[in-house]
Amino acid sequence: MDLSAINPVLLIASLMVAATPILIAAIGELVVEKSGVLNLGVEGMMITGAIAGFATAVETGSPLLGFFAAAFAGAALSVLFGFLTQFAKANQVASGLALTLFGLGLSALMGQSYVGVKPPQMGDIHIPVLSDLPVVGPILFGHDIILYFGIALTAAVWALLKFSRAGLILRAVGENHDAAHALGYKVIRIRLMAILFGGACAGVGGAYISLIRVPQWTEGMTAGVGWIALALVVFASWKPWRALLGAYLFGGVTVVQLNLQAAGVAIPVEYLAMSPYVITIVVLVILSADKSSAPAALGRNFHASR
Amino acid sequence: MKLNKLLTSAAVALGLATGAVAADDKTKVGFVYVGPVGDGGWTYEHDQGRKAVVAEFGDKVETVYVENVAEGPDAERVMTQMALEGADLIFTTSFGYMDPTINVAKKFPNVKFEHATGYKRADNVSTYSARFYEGRAVQGHIAGNLTESNIVGYIGSYPIPEVIRGINSAYLHAKKVNPDVEFKIVWAFTWFDPAKEADAAKVLIEQGADVILQHTDSTAPQAAAQAAGNVYTFGQASDMAEYGPKPRVSSIIDDWAPYYIARTQAVMDGSWASTDTWHGIGDGMVKIGEITDAVPAAVKEEALALKASLADGSYHAFTGPIKKQDGSDWLAEGETADDGTLAGMNFFVEGIQGDIPQ
Repeated sequence: MDLSAINPVLLIASLMVAATPILIAAIGELVVEKSGVLNLGVEGMMITGAIAGFATAVETGSPLLGFFAAAFAGAALSVLFGFLTQFAKANQVASGLALTLFGLGLSALMGQSYVGVKPPQMGDIHIPVLSDLPVVGPILFGHDIILYFGIALTAAVWALLKFSRAGLILRAVGENHDAAHALGYKVIRIRLMAILFGGACAGVGGAYISLIRVPQWTEGMTAGVGWIALALVVFASWKPWRALLGAYLFGGVTVVQLNLQAAGVAIPVEYLAMSPYVITIVVLVILSADKSSAPAALGRNFHASR
Repeated sequence: MKLNKLLTSAAVALGLATGAVAADDKTKVGFVYVGPVGDGGWTYEHDQGRKAVVAEFGDKVETVYVENVAEGPDAERVMTQMALEGADLIFTTSFGYMDPTINVAKKFPNVKFEHATGYKRADNVSTYSARFYEGRAVQGHIAGNLTESNIVGYIGSYPIPEVIRGINSAYLHAKKVNPDVEFKIVWAFTWFDPAKEADAAKVLIEQGADVILQHTDSTAPQAAAQAAGNVYTFGQASDMAEYGPKPRVSSIIDDWAPYYIARTQAVMDGSWASTDTWHGIGDGMVKIGEITDAVPAAVKEEALALKASLADGSYHAFTGPIKKQDGSDWLAEGETADDGTLAGMNFFVEGIQGDIPQ
């Protein structure tokens, strides 16, 4: 065993990178669920965002344009879900699962000519002086811009939900759509906007994997991150900062686990592999003192006639 | 995590079920893949083999494949579906398909099965694998020469004999040219998860490895090595030449095409019989991809000589004296390992740090 081989600074820095796609997708889904809609298609929207962002970045040479394209692609796919659930009144669970399958297939098709292609590099931001600081520099000031975007997004969504009128309306729609409707709010329109936002976030999260974390395109490369993001929303009991904490926990345990293995720690890998779930249970028990729960109208379809 | 895969393959199986019923005289050959055909590694090469079968026999053969099939009950469903669809021959291409293959084969005695990298056979089940460890000997030789930090990182998939054999072979040959070399081994517990493989490679690089060997299927470690700069990698299962000349300096390539063509031919002739095939560099099932100019000329020459001696059988990758990790004797001076021991290898050789997860 050689724990000195693990550099805690690098560990935290790479943990943040591993957590970012989960975080961005989870924040998007959090807003969707706050509006009372359960979209299980996160994985499908992420993988579609991953290939759309990758393809755009390769064709234009600009990773930033790639992220915009990814957001657009994720949102475009979520329109399909929005149409099915908000207008056709389809079952949300089934529609979401179908969206995932559709996204996986569509991305594989779109990505056929991009296997083995190298994307343009997204440079890390190097703020002079600050990023050269020991310890704090690599952790706080040496990342790519999307990682900061993820944190800013968390703060923005938190502030919006907590302090703004728009956030209040969104929550009202998610808690009781009939009451919101009676007050004159356009339930369907508000939910569609939330769905679009969630799709765009999932797309960006997916593109983070294909453009920064891995960076390359392979079929099925999101490998379940979308499902973790979904679980994370519940884990965070629909609170943005807890989602951030949870994302770092999930991302962190993966990275720590690999680090310990490489350092030759003689803990059976099975314990390390199950540790995120053990921690999840412990955290859930602690958090259960908090009585705030899921939006009351979550997963229920709205029709003005009822 | 697995739900998406499960649903994908269930949906694909459903798609197959509703497909046309093949009642003509075409030989129908099915392929069950563990990853996507676009993984750039293991599954990609199997699919190249399938395409070679189509190219060879044209209209006389019909091939079907299902990708991303989870190892376990899901695989059994996919195989059953293929057999019900009238497949004459089914190739199942991952170690974890071993028991499902045997189970399904019992139910369909008239369908021939071929399982890659397993050891269980039946009257209608053959096994086939390649001696990847011969290729790994060559990679280990190069890795031992290239490393400056004397730390070689190794990304393992599952702790099964196949992977352990590769680690031992690479280590022995790295050690031969560099007595100070040390292997850091990380188990990913997946065949294919680019994000995890990239993380594993980054972790190994952060902990000082400047050469990365992998036994997982994607090119993510190559991408991570490229981003890190001064790190060398090897193509796994497929050439991965797009990452040459550096970080990818050489590769192990699986060439299944001749075998798939021969076995399909045997089914057509009615001469198919249950066999156990284990071919290496000499038979062309394992190939060494181009050794790039990033490798010093002298090392390249030695590596090619090693490859030649493995190919003509004058040298065996496991030649004594070799001790096991616990210090007990395994092979005496000049003794070579028998295939039985190799097939069931569940121990590290002396000098490798760390335990094999049980």
